[in-house]
Amino acid sequence: MDQPAFSVKLLGSWADSHTHRVQLALKLKGLEFEYQEEDFINPSPALLLHNPVYKKVPALLHGGRSIVESVVILQYIDETWTDNPIMPADPFERAVTRFWCHFTDDKLAPAVGLVFSSSGEGQKAAVDQVHENLKLLERELKDGAFKGRRFFGGDKIGLLDIVLGCGSYWLAVFEEVMEVKLIDPESFPVFHAWLRDFEEQQEVKETIPAIDRLLEYARGIRQMMLSLSNSSSSSINNAAASSG
Amino acid sequence: MAAAGGIEVKLIGAWPSPFVLRARIALNLKGVEYEFLQEKFEEKSELLLRSNPVYKKIPVLLHHGKPICESMIIVEYVDEAWPAAGRAILPADPYERALHRFWASYVDDKLNPSGAALSKAQTEEAKVEAAGQVIAGLKLLEEAFGRLSKGEGFFGGDDIGYVDIALGCFLGWLKVTEKTSGVKFIDEEKMPLLARWAERFCAHEAVKAVMPEPERLAEFARKRAASAKTPPAN
Repeated sequence: MDQPAFSVKLLGSWADSHTHRVQLALKLKGLEFEYQEEDFINPSPALLLHNPVYKKVPALLHGGRSIVESVVILQYIDETWTDNPIMPADPFERAVTRFWCHFTDDKLAPAVGLVFSSSGEGQKAAVDQVHENLKLLERELKDGAFKGRRFFGGDKIGLLDIVLGCGSYWLAVFEEVMEVKLIDPESFPVFHAWLRDFEEQQEVKETIPAIDRLLEYARGIRQMMLSLSNSSSSSINNAAASSG
Repeated sequence: MAAAGGIEVKLIGAWPSPFVLRARIALNLKGVEYEFLQEKFEEKSELLLRSNPVYKKIPVLLHHGKPICESMIIVEYVDEAWPAAGRAILPADPYERALHRFWASYVDDKLNPSGAALSKAQTEEAKVEAAGQVIAGLKLLEEAFGRLSKGEGFFGGDDIGYVDIALGCFLGWLKVTEKTSGVKFIDEEKMPLLARWAERFCAHEAVKAVMPEPERLAEFARKRAASAKTPPAN
């Protein structure tokens, strides 16, 4: 496989699903790259330089240029290194792939995020939203655009698998941390089967962090969020406890 | 070749929608003949609901009966389905394509929402804040124009391209908002490149026949506001 004429460097964060998307694509293309870990909260000067508009990971640096926004990066990778394409060739197939990528980032991901950051009635509504969104994907896998396929991309992982798959691991993590049912195999059998198959792929196993690390990370953030929202009452409790 | 008894390309849309305009401009650039199916404003057609069950929104392109949804996805589809027609909407170079896709996403992810915030703003303070956001966004696009156009007249270079379509579709509504708010968004002194580009864009063959006049848009907005006392069926 051809290696890049110029070196490839990825600025990313280890727990960021958009970073994983890019890492996975580079691995699937057999491309060597340098990786620089970025702190989500404190972007480095390099990140500020290469992504001045959004100041976020991931940022791909190649031949003195920077490319940002994960789906833009994935298409850049596919169009620059054309072996093992991750986008289909047919224009209609391409439009369908782009549509569901848009759906993932526009509808599914925010709903999943909301499950994590909310509680009570708000969380219940967010869980319902996730189910509604998964139903739509389940339908497409079972009877629609992706009927009969092993992966969204066909026999091999494609761009939509990468976009959906790198992020779907949060479903299992949030199920455990939040004690909610998100991706029940009885309600979403085809989606569930696709996700298990995706996560078994060698390149995917090398990209997605171990579930223990993700669980610990998620628990930590949830704890922090809860303590921030309880901070006014907790100081009273602490005072009461220390005086007891 | 058009199928007997039907046109192979149809566009479900509505004339005031800037998103629908994007699809029309792309089709015009490629010289593709299509049937325009105007949606009623009060209720969504069966065809729309069937063709875009996920979002139930216009525009939807139907090509041989197969639906393509989301305006910029439609634009890219038109570019790829008729590669030999007209001129390429996206450039050939992967990095240039990435830049165009980035800035088109910026328009939809940042600029358009700040415009929406402006139209919803109730207090003077909120309006000023929202207007500031829109102008800040346009300033970034002024800089981007310098880089993308390479000294030519459009983001796409010597002719309309992907980012031109993404941004230019809003120019009609922008003029309406400038009149009602009294704020000049694309100021000739502060954003000379965008100001000249805006005129060029609106005068382009592929645009001028389909871009509604600001007066007509303003009238539509007034009627909408008046009937908003009874919310439309969505």
